[in-house]
Amino acid sequence: MTEPGEPSIGAVDEGQGGNRGGYDATFRVWRGEASGGELQTFTVPVNEGEVVLDVIHRLQATQAGDLAVRWNCKAGKCGSCSAEVNGRPRLMCLTRMSTFAEDETVTVTPLRTFPVIRDLVTDVSYNYEKAAQIPAFTPRPRDPDGNHRMQQVDVDRPQEFRKCIECWLCQNTCHVIRDHEENKAAFAGPRFLIRLAELDMHPLDVVDRRDAAQEEFGLGYCNITKCCSEVCPEGIHLTDNGIIPLKERVVDRKYDPLTWLGSKIRRRRPD
Amino acid sequence: MTTTAPRGTGAASPGHGGEGPAPRRAAIAARTLRTDRWWLQPLLTVLALVAFVGYSTFRAFQNAYYFSEPYISPFYSPCITTGCEGETFPELFTGPAWISPAIYILVVPLGFRLTCYYYRKAYYRSFWLSPPACAVAEPHRRYTGETRLPLLGQNLHRYFFYLGLLFNVVLTYDAVLAFRDETGAWGHMGLGTLVLLANAALLWLYSLSCHSCRHAVGGRINSFSRHPLRYRAWTLVSRLNARHMQYAWISLFGVAFADFYVFLLATGTISDPRFF
Repeated sequence: MTEPGEPSIGAVDEGQGGNRGGYDATFRVWRGEASGGELQTFTVPVNEGEVVLDVIHRLQATQAGDLAVRWNCKAGKCGSCSAEVNGRPRLMCLTRMSTFAEDETVTVTPLRTFPVIRDLVTDVSYNYEKAAQIPAFTPRPRDPDGNHRMQQVDVDRPQEFRKCIECWLCQNTCHVIRDHEENKAAFAGPRFLIRLAELDMHPLDVVDRRDAAQEEFGLGYCNITKCCSEVCPEGIHLTDNGIIPLKERVVDRKYDPLTWLGSKIRRRRPD
Repeated sequence: MTTTAPRGTGAASPGHGGEGPAPRRAAIAARTLRTDRWWLQPLLTVLALVAFVGYSTFRAFQNAYYFSEPYISPFYSPCITTGCEGETFPELFTGPAWISPAIYILVVPLGFRLTCYYYRKAYYRSFWLSPPACAVAEPHRRYTGETRLPLLGQNLHRYFFYLGLLFNVVLTYDAVLAFRDETGAWGHMGLGTLVLLANAALLWLYSLSCHSCRHAVGGRINSFSRHPLRYRAWTLVSRLNARHMQYAWISLFGVAFADFYVFLLATGTISDPRFF
């Protein structure tokens, strides 16, 4: 750990062309375990074009060899390096250092919603437990020739949600569980509400998940404040294209007497 | 994935609004570590909505200066009591004189906007601070969202949407009537005509971009390929829906401005510039 103003430890790769815009940045990184921890301050060299994960790696290589950080692809596709950078849930590998002023302190903390294991690594098993509870894709019987047929326009909507890389930033930023741990039992979180929406919109799927969405997965807890959409690194419109359409489908099922009556007297055929 | 430590069931936490972070989470005392001006957006929302609610409440109870031939304020249309000024709509009943005609009808646009998916986001964030901004802890000890009354009533949005469409028809009718002059002869157009036309157009854009509209025209269908016309309609509404927030604000200010314009005419503060 270095004090602000001290010479930094760790070489800046200057290559053949000078320092290429390198500078020393002040980083505050949360270090600790479930029993406790604190923000520690480091001065770390930064090269032009780097992202926060690069700097965390340099920190790990030069000053804090036991710093725990989860990462994998460094390309925004594996969803491993989720953290909070200056209080905002982000992928460290997609957060460019050029978004910060050179004299700005960059604070990196673990995801707040999940139990911490060590330093920047959290236990995200809550998400896998919820994933296991979602009723699986159940397609209708195949056509007589043994094929399943559907048009691209029929699966455009579900395919948007398939872009999810399961980085859990939406789960982390959702205030329903971020600020209220006790809601975790009743609320599946935005990632799994769009999983329910994806399956409910699928042209081949035959399971009605609307009751379960409301009763078992806590759709009603969502007050559509859209933070999940704001933090999604894949740009999925979770709220507008997933959760709100799912809410409307639940209204069809549970709160709209006209739609309910229409389905009872067979004026509405299932689509 | 890294091997995970055993975790508790998470039953004991009071949330960040109470006595600190949940057990086993990283111990960070600050309510948020955000360094940007996250408070600005909710503040602006509060100021704008309070200004609108204050103005519209005053005007709804004022019961005066809402008609200036051939224009009628959108706050008072359809004007359905015998106490109404002008004759833009059939007068259906006689209410107590102390009740403004606006009171009978404002419940529909009010309900439509109150249950609107965009406005819900806006006022949950800015008034209820639930949450005030992303990754900023809310101050409430408990949270049940829209799982119980009265917030379960948000599911009535589609009915307000249908009723709101009727209001749009009436306000469009008012805009058409504004092509008549004071004597009832057609072939007139003033700045007020443009104001009422713009107001009606903005309200149509706001209504048709609504999430319930998007669901009704095609969102509930799973096989778009079997419903090509509804798919086209859904595609069009989806395009509008992407701008629902902008339409919500512009139409809100539009309706207030249209009312204010009629107010200025009715009080004689200004006269209506005529194009022909």
